Amino acid sequence: MSGTYLGMPAFPEAAHEAVGNQTLRGNLRHATHTIRAKRAKAVAEVSDWALLREAGKRIKDHTLRHLDRYLVQLEESVTAAGGTVHWAADADEANRIVARLVKETGESEVVKVKSMATQEIGLNEALEAEGIRAYETDLAELIVQLGKDRPSHILVPAIHRNRGEIRDIFRKEMGEWGRPAPEGLSDTPAELAEAARLHLREKFLRAKVGISGANFMVAETGTLVVVESEGNGRMCLTLPETLISVVGIEKIVPTWRDLEVFLQTLPRSSTAERMNPYTSMWTGTTDSEAADGPRVFHLVLLDNGRTDTLADEVGRQALRCIRCSACLNVCPVYERAGGHAYGSVYPGPIGAILSPQLRGTASEIDASLPYASSLCGACYEVCPVAIDIPEVLVHLRERVVEGGPAVRQGNKVVLKPAKGHAAERAAMRAARWAFTHPGALRGGQRLASRTRRLHPRTLPGPGRAWSGSRDLPTLPAEPFRDWWQRTNGGKGGAK
Amino acid sequence: MSSRDRILGRVRRALADVTPDERPYEQAVPREYLREHGERSVEETVDLLAENLADYRAIVHRCATGELAALIGRLLAERGSKTVMVPAGLERGWLSGAEVEHIADLAESTPHELDRVASVVTACALAVAETGTIVLDGSPDQGRRRITLVPDHHICVVRVPDQVVSSVPQALERLDPTRPLTWISGPSATSDIELDRVEGVHGPRVLEVVLVSGEAEA
Repeated sequence: MSGTYLGMPAFPEAAHEAVGNQTLRGNLRHATHTIRAKRAKAVAEVSDWALLREAGKRIKDHTLRHLDRYLVQLEESVTAAGGTVHWAADADEANRIVARLVKETGESEVVKVKSMATQEIGLNEALEAEGIRAYETDLAELIVQLGKDRPSHILVPAIHRNRGEIRDIFRKEMGEWGRPAPEGLSDTPAELAEAARLHLREKFLRAKVGISGANFMVAETGTLVVVESEGNGRMCLTLPETLISVVGIEKIVPTWRDLEVFLQTLPRSSTAERMNPYTSMWTGTTDSEAADGPRVFHLVLLDNGRTDTLADEVGRQALRCIRCSACLNVCPVYERAGGHAYGSVYPGPIGAILSPQLRGTASEIDASLPYASSLCGACYEVCPVAIDIPEVLVHLRERVVEGGPAVRQGNKVVLKPAKGHAAERAAMRAARWAFTHPGALRGGQRLASRTRRLHPRTLPGPGRAWSGSRDLPTLPAEPFRDWWQRTNGGKGGAK
Repeated sequence: MSSRDRILGRVRRALADVTPDERPYEQAVPREYLREHGERSVEETVDLLAENLADYRAIVHRCATGELAALIGRLLAERGSKTVMVPAGLERGWLSGAEVEHIADLAESTPHELDRVASVVTACALAVAETGTIVLDGSPDQGRRRITLVPDHHICVVRVPDQVVSSVPQALERLDPTRPLTWISGPSATSDIELDRVEGVHGPRVLEVVLVSGEAEA
C-alpha cells in the first residue's frame, strides 16, 4: 500500500493519542451518529433486506471461487467493447502502468474520481514523482488533498474535519492549487460545496485524462459502474478524452442482473439513501458516430495482495467487501479512535481485517490491527455482504500470535509467531494446563479467593500492558464450585 | 511470465481447496429477494415516483401531453434561461412554447462551450419509483452524457406510466448495458461535510422532472 503509512505506530499508541483529541472525538461522534440513524431507516424501508444481503454474499462468494474464469471473461468483454486491459501484480506495477499511459497522452495533469484502489497504491505520489499532477475532485478528497492530510474514512475521507476546519483549509490552500476560495467564505456546508464547485470546474473543463476506480465490473458485458453523489465522477468519466480505471480484481460480478442486488444494498448502507444521486455505467468506448465520453479506455486490474487474501480460507471473505463503510459508522472503536489510528486507507473494522491481509502482518501497525476491536459484532450485523469480521479478527489474532502458513506475493511462507506475545502465549499454556488438571484448578481458585484482598490493582511484569487499559476482575469470596457443593446447587434458598 | 499469467496463477493456487461449482449460474446463486416492494396500482407507482423524486429535492411537475410545451416554456422563462441544449432527437414540439436559443451538441463542441449553456431539456429511458431515479441511456432524445452534466439546470421529461418501473430489478431488465447509462436521483449532492446531505455540487443544481401523461402527439 501507500508509502504514506510506513512507520506508523501500532494501533494502541495511535489510538491513545487520538482519543485525547476532543475536537476529533466530537466530529466523529456527530458524524457517525447522524449516519447510523439514517442508515437504519433506509434499511428498514426494504422488507427483504436479509434476502438481499444473503444474495449479495452468495454472488460475491461464487465470483471469488471462480475468480480466474470471471477475470478472463471480463478481459474479453472489455476488449471486445473497445477497452484495453492491463494487469498489475502489485502497487508499483499499477503505478508504472498508469504513469506510462498518462505520459503517452502527452498530458501532465489528470482529474481523479475518488477511488480506494488508487489511494491504496499511492498513485498520486507516484504520478507526482513522474511530473504528473493529480487533482482529487471528490469534495472530501479535495479537503484531504488541500489540507495535506490523510483520509480517515472510506466514504468520507475528511470525516475528521468539521465545517470550520474545512473553511479554513479552503481559504488558505485553494489559491495554491487554482481558483482561490470566494471572498468572505462562511462555514455553511452549502457555501463550502459552492466553493468546491467553482474551484474544480476549470479543471474539469480542460481535463484530457480522467482516472477512476469502479464499484463493480460486470464480467458478461464488460460494464463498469461508478456510484457517486456530487457529479465529479460523471465529470471525470465523460469529459476527458482518455479514461484510466484502476480496479481491484475482487470487484467483479458475473452478470448484469447481479447489479440489482448491490444497487439496492450499497446506497442504503453507505450514504443511507434509497439511491445515490448519480450512478454511471459504461461499457468500453462508444463508436465514433455517436461518440459519448472518452475515446480511449484503459482498465488496470489490480492484485496487490488480493490473491494472498484469497488463499486464506477464513480471511478470504474480506474480499466480498463493497466499501460501503457501514461497519466504520457503527464501530465503537472507530468512533473513538478515528480513522488515522488504523494506519491504512482502509480504517475501521473492515480495515482491521483487510490491511493485515493485503499487506501481511510483518509491520508493527499491521500486527496490531486484528486487536483494534472489542469483538462486539456490530460490524457484522450491518455488513450488506455479511462479512463475519469478528471471526476473521480472531483468526488473524491467532495468526499473529501463533504464526503458521500463509501466502505472501503469491508464495507460500511460514510466519513466525510475533514478538511481544510471549506472555499471552505463556498465560494460554498455563490456562490449558489448569483446565485439564481439575485438582490444580480447584486449589488455585481457593487460593485466589482467600488472598483476594491482597491482589494488586494492576498486573506486574509483562502483564502490566494488559492491565494498563483494563480493570482486573474482582474475585468472589468463594469459588463457584465450592459454593455449588456447599449449598447443593443453591437448593432450599441457601446463600 | 506476464503479470496476467502471474495473477491468474496465484488465483488458481489460492483456490486449490475449493471444489468448482459446475451448476449453471442461476442455480448456483439462488435469489429469494423481491422483484418489487409492496403492491401498488399503476397510478400509485407514479405517485411514489413523484414523492421520492421530491424527497431528494428534484422539482416535480405533472401535466398532460397537450400542456407540455407551455410548461417547459414557463420553466425556462422562470429560470431566465436564454440558451437551451437540445438533443438531436428531442420531440420538436416540446420546445415550441419556449423563446430561447437552441444549442445543438456537436461532436466538436468543447466542454467550455457547454458550460455557457443555461439549461438542457431531455427525455429519459425510464424512471424507478421506489428509489426516485431517472435513467438516461444516451438515445437521440437524451443526447450525450455531458449535456445533462455541465449545464446547471436540467428538465427531464418522463412519459407516465409507460416509462415508470417500480424497482431497481425491473429497471435493469429493461436497460441495455452496451449503452452509456446515467442513473440520476435528485440534483447533485454531497454528504462529505459532517455526513449531512447538501444539494448542489458539480452536476446540475436544479433538476426538474416533468411527468407527462397521455398519448404522444402524432
